[in-house]
Amino acid sequence: MENFLSRYRNVSILVAVLFAQVLGLAVQVKRSTENESTRLIRVWTVSAVSPLEKAIVWFQSGTSNLWHGYVYLRGVRQENRELKDEIEKLRLERVRLVDDAEQARRLQALLGFKEQYISKTTAAQVIGSSGSEQSRSIFIDKGSSQGLDKDMPVITADGVIGRVLKVYPSVSQVLLINDQTSGVGAILEQSRLQGILRGTPAGEVILEKVMSDETVQPGEKVLTSGGDQIFPKGLPIGTVSKVSAGPEVFLNIRVRPATNLSKLEEVLVITRKEERTAAVAETAPARAVDILSQRLPSVPDKPRESPVTAAGKANSALNQTAGSAATAATQGATAPIKTQKVAPVPMTPKPNAAQLATEAVPAPKVPPGAEGAKKPAVDDSIPSTPASVKPAMAQKATPPAVKVSQQTTKAVDSPPKPKPQQQPAVTPAPPEDKPQ
Amino acid sequence: MPITYTSQEQVEVYRFSAPAAILIPLTALFLQAFLPLRLHFFSIFDLPLLVVIFFAVARRSQVSGLLTGAVIGLLQDSLTHHPIGVYGIAKTVVGFGASSLGVRLDVENLGARVLVTLFFYVVHEFVYFLVARGLVGLTLEWSWGHELGSAFANAILAAIIFTLLDRFKLRA
Repeated sequence: MENFLSRYRNVSILVAVLFAQVLGLAVQVKRSTENESTRLIRVWTVSAVSPLEKAIVWFQSGTSNLWHGYVYLRGVRQENRELKDEIEKLRLERVRLVDDAEQARRLQALLGFKEQYISKTTAAQVIGSSGSEQSRSIFIDKGSSQGLDKDMPVITADGVIGRVLKVYPSVSQVLLINDQTSGVGAILEQSRLQGILRGTPAGEVILEKVMSDETVQPGEKVLTSGGDQIFPKGLPIGTVSKVSAGPEVFLNIRVRPATNLSKLEEVLVITRKEERTAAVAETAPARAVDILSQRLPSVPDKPRESPVTAAGKANSALNQTAGSAATAATQGATAPIKTQKVAPVPMTPKPNAAQLATEAVPAPKVPPGAEGAKKPAVDDSIPSTPASVKPAMAQKATPPAVKVSQQTTKAVDSPPKPKPQQQPAVTPAPPEDKPQ
Repeated sequence: MPITYTSQEQVEVYRFSAPAAILIPLTALFLQAFLPLRLHFFSIFDLPLLVVIFFAVARRSQVSGLLTGAVIGLLQDSLTHHPIGVYGIAKTVVGFGASSLGVRLDVENLGARVLVTLFFYVVHEFVYFLVARGLVGLTLEWSWGHELGSAFANAILAAIIFTLLDRFKLRA
């Protein structure tokens, strides 16, 4: 035996090394990869390679910023003008969309839907890749010390790119959506068909599990469905590029990703999502007569009159007060609404541009920005329901509108343009009645 | 110049300084991870594999070749999200094979280097394919066109890189 080993020493070592590696592989494959702790060798390699990558990326971006920010400014003025025009157009578009969103939110509130909001993101720079065609993953320059965690969604301004797979102290590995081991719950925008988005060995993206008797048109947008519990619902993933008959009873739908996955430079990691009901409406019982009485136009305040004239008109004033008192009494009987004066419920004041900018958007389209660009907070100043719905539940309804950080508010700094209102608003309820 | 050796005395064995032996594989790994982000076509190259072949052929020691292959392969594995060992096994085989060939053949000339790299690239991909598919369960597709194209590209790059790396060789 000893003779044999010395004679075939090299081959014996080869077999031993291969056997050890096969054994190691078998152990890793048997264990659940989801709960797998990070191997020390991975930490070593990433620690050895990533500082150099970070340094080069830092130097590269610094040089590029210096060049484009201070030296090469050709056409910047023209570009600035065009961008300003575009901002104006987008403002108008946004006002329209906010109307739609308000309406959708009201309906969601009525149905008790829960919505996911992206409440905090962290911008990160792509510093490296796996270097293998079989492993489509990238490394970003943020890690656990910046609050990143496993399975956090990673997006760009164009759409979803993947999720955080492994987290190291200052670096994280992101699994791209075109890797064959990735999976994203997806929905087609028009047909509302749901499926699973997967990568192929060739690095393409396909939508699986859509039945072959369904009709899917190329060009249709694919969004996240939220069913995977990782990606918030409604984020753009890509566009259907080709549809063909697939294996068994499913269609083979090829998707062109919204983001160019081979040219990633900066990404956003969604570090916090919030799930809450769009607008919690505490519907206090209200009678039709109360609603109608609230809708009736009240007599607007008139300029001060002389005591004589005032006395002469005392009767009419008395009538009105009596009417108000009666209404208040009925309200007191039905719901604890503390209004001091009954007046017509105004149309919901349209939020001005600044307010619009501060409103948190549900999942879709998050512009790249600094950390916490969309920080939601309950904003009491923006009512949630319009006049048509409000009386039934308005006075205690929790406004769904959401405030964001100051930074975003400054971006759109047009003067407030309040929509013409019918009459002076309902006397605001005392603060203690305001929903929190 | 003879392409085969008639006796062991004719075999020229090289060694490398410790910094070179450590920094060259690390640089190859770094470039392999970094360059495909900027130059997407670069992902068809396998710089760590070229380094394994170069070291194995220059050292002409099977044990040294297979160990170099194993270490570089395992390091490359740790940058991917797959289980560690797939590249390790493939590069171990290549390291052993290349050093075994280096003992018998003159692989110092350009033509031999291109052919050796071409051959071992295909061997590497084949072993990787077998291990990844058979042991790890990855769905891989074997395409001769793609593999041969990549093999040629790597062989041409190897001819350039090996010339540069020759400067780090020290006579044993």
